[in-house]
Amino acid sequence: MDMKVDKKLGLKERYALMTRDLAWETTYQPMDKVFPQVTYEGIKIHDWNAWEDPFRLTMDAYWKYQAEKERKLYAILDAFNQNNGHLSVTDARYINVLKLFLGSTPPLELMAARGFTNVGRHMVGAGPRVACLMQAVDEYRHFQTQVHSISNYNKYYNGMNEFAHQQSRMWYLSDGKSFFDDAITAGPFEFMVAIGFAFEYVLTNILFVPFISGAAYNGDMAAMTVGFSAQSDEARHMTLGLECIKFMLEQDPDNLPIVQRWIDKWTWRGTRKLASVGMMMDYMLPKRIMSFKEAWEMYFEQNGAALFNDLARYGVKVPKCFVQTVAEKEHVTHQSWIGFYMKPDSTPFHTWIPEKDELDWLSEKYPNTFDKYYRPVLEHFDAQEKSGNRFNNKTAPMNCQVCISTIKFNDPDDPMKTLIRSKTYKGEKFHFCSLHCEEIFDAEPEKYIQAYISSHQVLQGNCAPEGVDTTAPDFEPGAHIAAYWRLDKAATGDFNGSEDQANFAAWRRQATSN
Amino acid sequence: MTANAFIAFQKNEESRAIVEAIVEDNPGAIVVEQPAMVKVDVPGRLVIRRATVEDKIGRSFDLQELQIHLITISGHLDETDDEFSLSWLS
Amino acid sequence: MQLDLRTISIKPLRQTFGHLARRMGADKPASRYIEGTMDLQPVENFHYRPSWDPDFDIFDPRRTAIVMKDWYALKDPRQFFYGAWVLARARMQDAAEADFALVEERGLAAAYPEAGKAVVRSVLLPLRHLAWGANINDSFIGAHGYGIAISQAATYAAMDQLGIAQYLTRLALAFSDIEALAAAKSAWLEAPLWQGLRRYVEDLMVTGDWFEVLVAQNVVLDGLLYPLVYDRLADALDASHGPVVSLLTRFQSEWAGENAKWLDAVIKVAAADSPENAEKLAAWVGQWRARALEAVAPVAEAAFGAEGAAVLAEIAEDLSRRLTKAGLSLGASA
Repeated sequence: MDMKVDKKLGLKERYALMTRDLAWETTYQPMDKVFPQVTYEGIKIHDWNAWEDPFRLTMDAYWKYQAEKERKLYAILDAFNQNNGHLSVTDARYINVLKLFLGSTPPLELMAARGFTNVGRHMVGAGPRVACLMQAVDEYRHFQTQVHSISNYNKYYNGMNEFAHQQSRMWYLSDGKSFFDDAITAGPFEFMVAIGFAFEYVLTNILFVPFISGAAYNGDMAAMTVGFSAQSDEARHMTLGLECIKFMLEQDPDNLPIVQRWIDKWTWRGTRKLASVGMMMDYMLPKRIMSFKEAWEMYFEQNGAALFNDLARYGVKVPKCFVQTVAEKEHVTHQSWIGFYMKPDSTPFHTWIPEKDELDWLSEKYPNTFDKYYRPVLEHFDAQEKSGNRFNNKTAPMNCQVCISTIKFNDPDDPMKTLIRSKTYKGEKFHFCSLHCEEIFDAEPEKYIQAYISSHQVLQGNCAPEGVDTTAPDFEPGAHIAAYWRLDKAATGDFNGSEDQANFAAWRRQATSN
Repeated sequence: MTANAFIAFQKNEESRAIVEAIVEDNPGAIVVEQPAMVKVDVPGRLVIRRATVEDKIGRSFDLQELQIHLITISGHLDETDDEFSLSWLS
Repeated sequence: MQLDLRTISIKPLRQTFGHLARRMGADKPASRYIEGTMDLQPVENFHYRPSWDPDFDIFDPRRTAIVMKDWYALKDPRQFFYGAWVLARARMQDAAEADFALVEERGLAAAYPEAGKAVVRSVLLPLRHLAWGANINDSFIGAHGYGIAISQAATYAAMDQLGIAQYLTRLALAFSDIEALAAAKSAWLEAPLWQGLRRYVEDLMVTGDWFEVLVAQNVVLDGLLYPLVYDRLADALDASHGPVVSLLTRFQSEWAGENAKWLDAVIKVAAADSPENAEKLAAWVGQWRARALEAVAPVAEAAFGAEGAAVLAEIAEDLSRRLTKAGLSLGASA
């Protein structure tokens, strides 16, 4: 210990000692047995040390900064709950955003935690291992803070109390479930492209930034705090995703076609998943911050263009679906909301026809499509509802075999036509919502034939609650579906006339009267 | 056209000072205020200098502290003890 | 919009989520640990089989020989959900930071006697690689464990081990001794002293049963090594050369005690669940303890010389007592 070193090592040197230098080549067990997952996808890596995490976060700093975030977050949550903060949201329709969010998002954060733990175990290099494991624990943070923030709403409003039970059963949650099940069952590199790159880098801004700003705008301090606090980890996650892409592309030119196929696949799968987020922005926030179309342009088209122009030097092309997503941005949110409105018995959140000023806002934001295609439909449903003839679609939906979305999106060339593609594989017929989903199927048919499609399962008699005899002669498939979902009747159907609406109005009166 | 690198923060006292530092060090920075957040766009390359932030905030500042207030970024990241930068190469 | 809300008392419609009310047998408020842990892992209707292991479902209880009636019985007595874990670690980190600062300000490392430094170099520094190995093995448990109760706790433990590897690195830096890190690494890779331990953790990297890994890595190996190094050796060094090493390894020592509480609770509940579990756990302990003792013996000798064997025997006895108390029937060799 005679050598005097400069105590102030730079961030980079210090970080190399704190991570890369800890790892070693195993010899008692061969490296390919210790890290068995990194070869079978065909990605060639020559030098794992070429991967550097630009954030260079060590555990001491991680604990320090994350603890500061957590202290702030839970202090705000506690204060919000103690002061009946739920009564300060713009109006009770807003709470339905949280119902949709609770069902769809925390369960997926949990899958991300699991997926990044697995990749963090299986990557060979110390740089990616550490960054992936940090992301894994961050994802535990996200799903738990989300559940904790919505827990208090659950005490006062319907539709949230069975989210854990519904996550694997509810028809409209299967698209998100299939998305993460698909990623986590892929190899570690594809997982990184799927979640780290396509989802975190290209798409997550659209999920969180406008939605959370929307929560802030609508008086929901709890969701805003949790959302922004989660987002503060996201910059690290996005960087990891981008670094992973660059790493694969720099390591070997043979990696390019594989990576390109994954980018095409996962950008499309993510886009489909975000249709319901867009619907929240356009229809469910009582005070709107920007339209889904505007968010798509800002965060996907402009930012995505910058990203893909930059990656062009590796030979990466803009995702194949880019043109279609641009065409669809003026349609998908309307089709999604109308789709949910038409099924009032089948969701644990309420739907409604927007007020006149809200329809006017949509007309202004969607000048090319809203007045032409969607406003007349909504006005027609409104008139039907008011004349006591509320539309109710009781049939089971048809689903895309790949993304599991209900087949409802239009043909890109004809807004008046629903797009459906079909093909026969090994004697069985499969349906797709788009050419992109069909191509994803064609690349890995043996994977996608496994998909769990809830409307098929119902008809096969598989969705019966515990204790129901599905072999009884009078058993009727689908008759018990609400019980299978544990769907609370009070949580379904129209917002107008709901228990939530009445309670919120009464409590708010009580809290604001003198 | 040079693409924008950008960064967004939660609005609070510290991020106010950080944004002030960014504006000073990045001619061409465009600040966009949104509910509870602030986003700064800079064509090509956005840099945050520790010294400037310290000057604005009145205490020593570790650039890793940025993470407490961050919402999102766009661009390739490089971080040293003195500079945090985001850039697009094309 | 700023609403002026009076604080009023509203009767909630319900106190907690349905799955928690059913689990607790009553609709009552649940702790944040319970809310963030219980019954949240998907158990059904998976879409696809893992391409990296198609014989299993994404979450599959068959990945271990241990069978539990309720996987969420493997609760963490520390009630670590992410927030509680990170706050606990940040408190320990604050203390460690102050300790490192004190050692630097007072020049305690520079003044540390050469005899003490030699022990630090030869016994402590190679352990940063062992902690890295533990990080790999704990992340395996986090990736394949069943139920959030065990998988989140194992993932936090993986991060703790990474933190420990980094604190040991900082310890070398506190002694201004980067070269010693290189020497410690080649010792880890080649010196006979460390090969038993390296083989032990490398063999665990290819062990498929995650519960077995938990037993062999966390219960048995850490249960022997941490008391040996961070209690006994740190105390001995303090007695001979003044309290520097115990300051710079306080995190490890505190962590090992806390972690043992979690592990004891897990073993106790798993063993109580069925005689088959108890038997399997005892067999794993017996098998891995024999190997661990053999692997740790040269380290004990390097640390304590001729007394090493006796010190290790005492620690082994403590571990046996812990595990017997947790409900395992260990053989006479315990």
